[in-house]
Formats: sequence, C-alpha cells, structure tokens
Amino acid sequence: MRVGLFITCLVDLMRPSVGFAALRLLENAGCEVVVPRAQTCCGQPAFNAGRRKDAKKLAKATIKAFAGCEHVVAPSASCAAMLRVHYPELLEGERRWAARARDFAARCHELTSFLVEVRGAKSVAARWRGTAAYHDSCAALRELGIRDAPRRLLANVAGLDLREIGDAQCCGFGGAFCVKYPEIATRIARDKLTAAKATGADTILSGDLGCLLHLAGTAAREGVAISCRHVAEVLAGEADTPAIGEAKE
Amino acid sequence: MSAQAGGRDFAGAARAALADPVLQQALANIPAGFQEKRRNAISRLPEWDALVAAAVAIKDRTLDNLDVHLERFEAKVTAAGGRVHWCRDAGEARAAVLSICSNAGAKTVLKSKSMIAEEIALNAALEENGIEPVETDLGEYVLQIRAEAPSHIIAPIIHLNRGQIADSFLESHKKYGKTERCDSARALLNEAREILRGKFLSGEAGITGANLLVSETGSAVIVTNEGNADLTLTLPRVHIVVASIEKLVPTVADAWTILRLLARSATGQDITAYTTFVGGPRRTGDAEGPEEFHVVLLDNGRAGMLASPFRDMLRCIKCAACMNHCPVYAAVGGHAYASVYPGPMGAVLTPWLAGIEHAAELPNASSFCGRCEEVCPMKIPIPHLLRLWREKENDAKLSSRRSRILLALWAFAARRPWAYRLGARVLVRGLNRLSQGAGRIRELPFGAAWTATRDFPAPEGGTFQALYAKRKKR
Repeated sequence: MRVGLFITCLVDLMRPSVGFAALRLLENAGCEVVVPRAQTCCGQPAFNAGRRKDAKKLAKATIKAFAGCEHVVAPSASCAAMLRVHYPELLEGERRWAARARDFAARCHELTSFLVEVRGAKSVAARWRGTAAYHDSCAALRELGIRDAPRRLLANVAGLDLREIGDAQCCGFGGAFCVKYPEIATRIARDKLTAAKATGADTILSGDLGCLLHLAGTAAREGVAISCRHVAEVLAGEADTPAIGEAKE
Repeated sequence: MSAQAGGRDFAGAARAALADPVLQQALANIPAGFQEKRRNAISRLPEWDALVAAAVAIKDRTLDNLDVHLERFEAKVTAAGGRVHWCRDAGEARAAVLSICSNAGAKTVLKSKSMIAEEIALNAALEENGIEPVETDLGEYVLQIRAEAPSHIIAPIIHLNRGQIADSFLESHKKYGKTERCDSARALLNEAREILRGKFLSGEAGITGANLLVSETGSAVIVTNEGNADLTLTLPRVHIVVASIEKLVPTVADAWTILRLLARSATGQDITAYTTFVGGPRRTGDAEGPEEFHVVLLDNGRAGMLASPFRDMLRCIKCAACMNHCPVYAAVGGHAYASVYPGPMGAVLTPWLAGIEHAAELPNASSFCGRCEEVCPMKIPIPHLLRLWREKENDAKLSSRRSRILLALWAFAARRPWAYRLGARVLVRGLNRLSQGAGRIRELPFGAAWTATRDFPAPEGGTFQALYAKRKKR
C-alpha cells in the first residue's frame, strides 16, 4: 500500500523526529511510504485567516503533490482535518476540482486513526516508562471524531501508565489565535496543564504538535514540571530524545 | 448604535478580565454550574439526537416560509384582539414601545428579561421619555441598580458574587429603609422580592420577551424560573411582547419540541419552572390578563440574514450552551465582548448587527475548538460562520497590515516548495542560534506575541525534509 506522508509544517520545522517516528510506524504497518518533495503547507493558516484564495491554491498544490498515493497520512489531526474536512468544502464550487477534492479527502488520515482503522493495527511493539495523560486535540476530537485510536495503541506500550484528563477542553493553541490573544491562550493552557498534572502524569502525549508546543512553552515559563511529547515518538519506540522544549543532555 | 457596536478593544478588555480575581472566581462556576448539569440532563433523554434533528428541521422549514408564518401570526394576534407592530430596526422598535406606553399613560413599566430589549437599548429610551422601567428578573434587577449590562444571555449576573450583590442592595435599598447588609442568598432574595412586589402593583404596562412565537395560534411562549414574567404580563393593563422575527415556529407541537431542548441545553433542567403561552388580551370571562396585547416584531437585519450565508444563525434559540462551553468565554466573561450578545453566538451575530468593521475582533477571539458547534442544540456551524466573518474582514482589509503582509509572504513561499524548504532551513537555523542549546527561547525577536506569555520550544535541529533527503542519499 503506497502511503504519502504529509509531514506538516510544524513537524518539518520543529520536530523532525516525529516525522521519522511516523515513517517507522507506517513502514512497520506494511506501508510503502513516500514523502513528496513538492508538499509544503496544507493551507490552514490562510483558510482560518479568511484568505480563501491562498487556501485554495495550497489545497490544489497539496492534492497534486500527493497524486499516486493510495492514502495520505499526517502526524497531526489538525492538518488531517484540513485535508479531510475542509478541502471538499473549499473546492466544492470548482468544477474541475470538487470531485477530486472529495476523493482526495476520503483518503486522508491522521496517523493513529490510519494505523488502527485502515491498517487494523492492534498494538505496536514499543516500550516506554512513564505516566502520561493523553491530550485530545480539538481537531482530532471534534473534526475527525478520533478518541479511541491513540488510546488503543498506547494501551499496548509496555511500561506506560495512561491517565485520562477527563475533559474535552481546548488547550488554547488554536493556530494564530494563540498569538492574537496570547494571554487568553496561555490561561487556557495553564488550566489544561493543571488538569493534566492532577492525573499524576509526568508527560502529556498528543497527536498534534501545535498543542504540544503551546503547552510545553507554557509549562516551561510557569515552571510546571510536566513533559510534552508527540504520541508517534512513544508508539515508534523513539522517545529517548529530549521532550519538547527540553535541552539536550 | 452604541449598544450593538461590540468588540472594540476585545484584547484590552480580555486582559483586564483575566486580571480580575473576583470575576475569575465567578467564572470558575461555569463547568459545574452549566456543563455538568447539561450533560446530566441530556444523558437522561435517550432521544436527544432525534429531538435535535427534529428541532433543526422545524426551524429550517419555518425559515423557508418565514413570510407566511409571520403573516399568519399577525392574523391570529389581530383576531384575538391584539396588535402586531412591524419594526425594521431598533429605532422603530423603541418608537413602537414608547408610543404604546404613552397611549397607555404608563409612567412605570415592568420588564421581564429580554435580550431583544437589550438589543434595542430599550431601558435608556424609556428613561429618556420619563418612563421608569422596573426589571423584575432578579439578575436583571441587580444589573439595573448597578447600571451594568448583562454579561451572559441567560445568566445575566454570572460575573458577580454574592458580596457584590449585597453591597449593591445595601446602597440602593437605603431609600426603602433597609439598613442591614444581607448575608445570605435567601436574605437577598427576600429583600428583592419585598421591594419588587410593591413595584409589580404599580406598573401600567409590562414588557416581556418571547422565547418562541407560534404562528398557528398567534401566541408568545415565555419561559422563566422566577415566575416574574407571569406577573409582568398579567398584572399591568398592557402587555407588550418584544421579539425578533426568527422566533416563529408553526405549531404548538413544534414549540414543545424546541422547549424540550431549550431548558436542558441552557440550564440542564428538564423544563423551566414556568412556561407560559399567551396570546391576545383578556377575553370576557377570563379571570386575569391585560386589556391590551401588543407584539413588537423586530427585524433589525434578520430578513437580510435569511438570504445570506449566515442564515443558519437564525435557528439560534438563545440557550447559551455555546458560551457555557467556550474556553474563551470562560476565561474572560461576557463583558469583554462589549456587545449585547457575548460568546460564540455573539461573535457571529454582533458583526451582522453592528457591521464587521466595528466587531472584527470578535470572530477572531476563537481557537476554533468547535465545542460551540458540538453542543449547539440547533446545529449551528458556528466555527464555519466565524471563519466567514474572517473572510469578510480580510476582504475589507480590516486585519492588521502586518499580519496581511506576513500571510501573503508565507503563501508566496508555500506555493514554491524550494522557497518553502529554504525558508524553513533558515528559520530553524536562526531559532537554534537563539536557543543556544537551552531547548527553549525566552524571548523571540519579532515574536513577542508568543514569548510575552510563554517560552518558545527550540527546534530539534534540521528540517525533516533536509534530514530525510540526507538519509535517502545514504
């Protein structure tokens, strides 16, 4: 099965190890993985800033870049939701693109949901010692309806004690929102960190790097002792690197 | 109009709200007070989803034929001896209410809670014309003596604590000979009740809102938990309903479908303590009821909304579930929005009422977390509508020049993979230099919007694309 890895801007820029972890997970699941050089951004920043024209151009470029891939997988629910939910809506009025966008969208997936739902993965052979709280990103929970997939995979990671935060709250990241209204965004992040800490977790795991960068940055500034890590790193058994925002030893 | 022009300096107001410990304490009650109760109420109703679908269909069907239902409603009201006043905007609605009051010789009017009265700034207009409005909803009464606006559409004083209310009562009730500060909720309630009871008997007209209007019967449906609306509409000689045109539903059965959603979604009650259907003045033989019955029907841009991409917003039943589940509302409260309608539904409605040029901040004050849409019992796609406003803001060049230039540059590069890869590599290198191996950056030049409140995690080093290309070569 030929799978295109949509690397996402944030992983490309901030945390390539998440990309390599995703690569390994997909290959272990029997996929032939390609990483098209022509991919850039899904266009969500333009879309959410009301710049529909730019968003459309990037949507078309992304669809073209992944031509020939049976599935497209992103280690981010936010970007996957852009491809899966918003591309069809964005291009619905364009005769040459509407059907193509719908077809493309149906083949786009967030990493953990792809592994569980498309590849039928039941477990990953990974071990990681720690107590972690899983943060559902809003895009995962509400745009893609993903809740079980990451938990099902994490349940089989040896040594991992998974805790539930128990709310469905946003972490306050919200893309440009977190720089337009930094005080509100950080306040919401503090609440999330408090809730995560209260579970007894020493690590927050999530499928979205945006949330994690925002949470890790807030934790560092506020002196909250909790690490932030992308779920793919733990699932791929590649979580021996420093956590997000932590210095190399 | 000032009462509508919302959202100016939302950011500044939000900062002040975050720094206000009393407000923060009050807002902390929202999760248990609203979210949990709503969840429990819905879990007791297995047919919730079917009910939601039915209610959405009712509203959509009504909006498709709104003209027909409005005229049918008027015919029924007229046949019952009442009168409908058609008002294009807030000014016409104020004039209609004032003219009814003046014909009735009213000097004191009772008011039960109404967001439309807020939207048309009715109290100020009444006062300017020598008519004393008396708010009979406890929350609204507190706001009236404090000269404040509501901060929530169903819990108008959610921003206050008991001590603040006790202080306000002490100061305001001196004139009634009250000299002791009430030290319990019960004492506050008793004092308000005692003072309001006297006023109830002195009102010559009563003004209520309407949660629904029923076209087959010409009736207005009013729900409260205090019963104050029932006194407001039965004791005075004249009853005036102020309501907007999208409140129409075709039948009484339709009204009940929506009522089953309303209280559960709003306060987590199966039904409000009082649900009243009224239509027309007192008939011969009726034990009670007003001599005159008026419905002031407000458009205020809503007819235009019908033919716009914002049409779905007209399904709103003002249950407030969106604001009760909004992380931004929970952080800053309703006053920061500086608009009649706060929270997510307000961020959609206010730009329509006031113009996007006066409210462009509001649609931006959302992380697009989608909880508003998730809990909306009328399935209004709020994030989608907020995004539409952002489009209008962008098209009108209302956003900051800096952000537009940055986004344009970014989009230029993003359409050129080589430029994007190059830009990414330069950026990673720059950020790594700034972090000096610390793993995080305390202060980003040109990035204070991030680092003013939190650290910026340093990149691991190297872009994925560059590292992947290197790996493939090996």
